Amino acid sequence: MSHEFLHLLEIVIASSLINNFVFTRFLGLCIFFGVSKKTETAVGMSITFTMVMMISAAASWIVFNYLMIPMHLEFLKIVVFIGVVAGLVQASDTIMKKIAPALFHKLGVYLALISTNCIILAVPIISVDEKYSFLESIALGLGSGLGFAIALILMASLRERLELANVPKPFKGLPIAFVITGMVALAFTGFSGLIAE
Amino acid sequence: MKNETPVTKLFSRGLLQENTIFRQAISLCPAIAVTSTVKNGFMMGIAVLFVQAMVNVSVSSIRRWIHPRIRLPIFMLISSGWVTITDMCVAAFAPDIYATLGLYIQLIVAFASILAAAESFASKNGVIASFFDGVGRGTGFTLALIAISAVREVLGKGTILDIPVLFGSKPLLIMILPAGGFITAGILMALFNYLDKKFSNKATA
Repeated sequence: MSHEFLHLLEIVIASSLINNFVFTRFLGLCIFFGVSKKTETAVGMSITFTMVMMISAAASWIVFNYLMIPMHLEFLKIVVFIGVVAGLVQASDTIMKKIAPALFHKLGVYLALISTNCIILAVPIISVDEKYSFLESIALGLGSGLGFAIALILMASLRERLELANVPKPFKGLPIAFVITGMVALAFTGFSGLIAE
Repeated sequence: MKNETPVTKLFSRGLLQENTIFRQAISLCPAIAVTSTVKNGFMMGIAVLFVQAMVNVSVSSIRRWIHPRIRLPIFMLISSGWVTITDMCVAAFAPDIYATLGLYIQLIVAFASILAAAESFASKNGVIASFFDGVGRGTGFTLALIAISAVREVLGKGTILDIPVLFGSKPLLIMILPAGGFITAGILMALFNYLDKKFSNKATA
């Protein structure tokens, strides 16, 4: 049992730090650069994101293993996953509005953004390609969400500082954000030895 | 159609003024992920070009029958259909490239640029105009990928299209690492801004 738990923990750490989606797999960059201007929005986005990621990882695992494999529809996985994710996002939007209006008021904006995010689609695809079990895919979802949260919050704090800095004109805005991301990514390569193969 | 924009204008708009990567800064993920060699960057660009053009054509040809309220899911369905086709073609004809590009080709579905083009252009314009709009955007995307990957391959591996060009000197490992991708993209983007500014200033002066 404890061995099982360690294995899951390993997936969480691996997907959040070593294979961090933003810094080593380069996914979700649109959102990453879009919402990393203020720390407050970054935090809200990360919370919503991690939740949706776990739920969608679980839901698409169930759909894939209990519906698509028996019906030999594996080749439709892109179409089905995007449907599942978009449906889920829409559903959580509606449910949140009904059950927790205060929370919805804070996080609702981000929900709409999430459905066009590539990470949210990448998690089910990766977990299918790696033939993960149910718990493993949830762990992957959690780890990826945490990794995205770390990246987003780090970046937002950096960019808030950057507002005050004197940046050369052509570099203003996105280009300098890219260069900084590159440097943070370089730091993240230091995590690559964390888990022995 | 009345007041039709000339084809060349549609083409150059996607290529320069609204360049997906340097200008709009959307769909950045593959711009960094697959640009460690020119070959990969080029293949990815072609895949996107194909999907973009085909989605534009399909959306524009059925635009009269799409109810506005459900247009986004329809666009997504159309684009995921074309992405699946592209994905299978690449897997069948170029398995070695597919090994590195596979995941990113599947993720073309979630590209903001494709949905944006369908929403802002193809759903309002004729089939031929939409086709050229898609080809223009796709070409702009491909050229941006080639530019980024050329810089990275020369500096990071000392080769271009697998032909060695840096005689004797040691390549910089950092350029083919993820970090190099971000930094290259940032610097090229700044260069694009700078040239654009200079160019447009000259035009008005």
